[in-house]
Amino acid sequence: MSDTAITTGRAPSVYMPSAEALATVLAPAERPARPSALSASLTFGWRALLKIKHVPEQLFDVTAFPIIMVLMFTYLFGGALADSPRAYLQFFLPGIMVTSVVMITMYTGVGLNTDIEKGVFDRIRTLPVWRPAALVGMIFGDVLRYVLAAVVILTVGVVLGFRPDGGLLGVLAGIGLLVIFSFAFSWVWTFFGLVLRSEKSVMGTSMMVLFPLTFLSNVFVDPSTMPGWLQAFVKVNPITQLVTSVRAAMAGSMDGPSTMWMLLWSALFVVVFGTLTMYRYNRR
Amino acid sequence: MSNRNTGLAVEAEGLVRSFGSTRALDGLDLQVPAGTVYGVLGPNGAGKTTAVRVLATLLRPDGGTARVFGHDVVRDADAVRSRVSLTGQYASLDEDLTGAENLVLLGRLLGLGRAGARERAEQLLAAFGLTEAAGRQVKKYSGGMRRRIDIAASILNTPDLLFLDEPTTGLDPRSRNQVWAIVRAVVAYGTTVLLTTQYLDEADQLAGRIAVVDHGRVIAEGTPGELKASIGAGSVHIRLRDPGQRPQAEQVLRASLGVPVQLAADPAALTARVGEHGTDLEAGTQAARALGELAAAGIVVDDFSLGQPSLDEVFLALTDHPAVPADERDDELEAAR
Repeated sequence: MSDTAITTGRAPSVYMPSAEALATVLAPAERPARPSALSASLTFGWRALLKIKHVPEQLFDVTAFPIIMVLMFTYLFGGALADSPRAYLQFFLPGIMVTSVVMITMYTGVGLNTDIEKGVFDRIRTLPVWRPAALVGMIFGDVLRYVLAAVVILTVGVVLGFRPDGGLLGVLAGIGLLVIFSFAFSWVWTFFGLVLRSEKSVMGTSMMVLFPLTFLSNVFVDPSTMPGWLQAFVKVNPITQLVTSVRAAMAGSMDGPSTMWMLLWSALFVVVFGTLTMYRYNRR
Repeated sequence: MSNRNTGLAVEAEGLVRSFGSTRALDGLDLQVPAGTVYGVLGPNGAGKTTAVRVLATLLRPDGGTARVFGHDVVRDADAVRSRVSLTGQYASLDEDLTGAENLVLLGRLLGLGRAGARERAEQLLAAFGLTEAAGRQVKKYSGGMRRRIDIAASILNTPDLLFLDEPTTGLDPRSRNQVWAIVRAVVAYGTTVLLTTQYLDEADQLAGRIAVVDHGRVIAEGTPGELKASIGAGSVHIRLRDPGQRPQAEQVLRASLGVPVQLAADPAALTARVGEHGTDLEAGTQAARALGELAAAGIVVDDFSLGQPSLDEVFLALTDHPAVPADERDDELEAAR
């Protein structure tokens, strides 16, 4: 990395702007029609892909972290909570997949927060495009990371002995539900990314929300062993609904009520936090 | 494209914007004629950046109104956005992406097709002498190259009004000259340029009119000639060999120039304004005469210069205080953003 910096450093530039060269780019041209909302969002999504291409280290979060989560909890709890790690894995894998991906959603807020610090958002915000496009595109890029994380976890799971009864179709359905929810949930973090001052405070706040939300659910254990008041919370927790629906999908069935609740939660996140985010975005 | 070159590009009346307890804009009025370079001159913390951000629709004013080509910056922000471009003080491109990728991205967002955006990017890179650097990440560009790609990005849509926020701060003299040449070319093609700067010299070189801003309001406005007539065309700076001769030198200068002489912190240095209410020619003649009289009085001058007044001297002339130093005030604004 450093050697390229040296060779590209201070080449003796003898550039002097020439009137003719500038004339070709300055001549007023017909302005093209503004791009559609979808086209603008996809262009911002392309920006996210380019960023991954140039800074591939950022994929560490969506590969190494999920692998550690699966290995750690499978062997930590497997013997104690089920007959064997392998038996536990059959119950646990969809849940840890949800947990890992939902945790990764917080990087949407962190990324937005650092992006805004850098001034590039000033330019983006002065473009005459559909206002949410920059944020939607950013989340499109993140969705790719969610899919990647989910695939990594599944692969590790299958290697360790996880066998989804729903087959490929069930697995795809499960990942689809997870991605829908994560896309919606990302809007919570775009809001925090805009409201909070620093990357650190976005991280801190995200963790405070995510830890209780993912642990106080049916990811790790069957809620029937919990005290009543906790069961009440676990029952309404959107993560529980999501895990139940993903588990069912991967097992080859479909849990109607849970899937509906999970989709309702997703819609609610987009409407409430999407609106709050855009309000903050426009009023900064 | 109507009234691109005629009428007023910017009309701001009584703009107010506070950050916490700081009033960054405190009743700012601005009228920028279309088709010209307009300079906004002031020290750090004077409110220049805040004014630009309000006019570019990035910030909402707390009070007052502003129109860009007749469109209100709050109610009709989208119409304003389609006609302006902003080159901020800090890199306003994605530093992780290459120069070419940044320009293609912006071209696509402005509605160009895939091939059109690529072609436009290549043209711009060539015109700004960046073809070789096209495939390099922007974070690896030198300061001057960064400014150029920033400006290239800003004229991608041939805006009617281009905001340049301190375009040459921190650049070496050659890069500064390049930016100046670009600004002149841009305005020659009919784009109005609103440029903020801390250097009177820069505003004088480029701008048809200048507004001097202090504490969020305009304290003087006019052509460079008008401003200089009111503050003096320049200053003579004299450094004596023998500091002991300074009182005597001060007397000679005061008698010769007919203006008060400032004693600098350096015990051997003196400064005086010349050319007040007069022309440039008189300033030079006055200074030469004063120098002759110092020599005749047996005072040895080691160093002599005649130059444009510095921002500090402008402020001393227009207000009673020097330019606010670049201090916490700016950080405060940053924090309040």
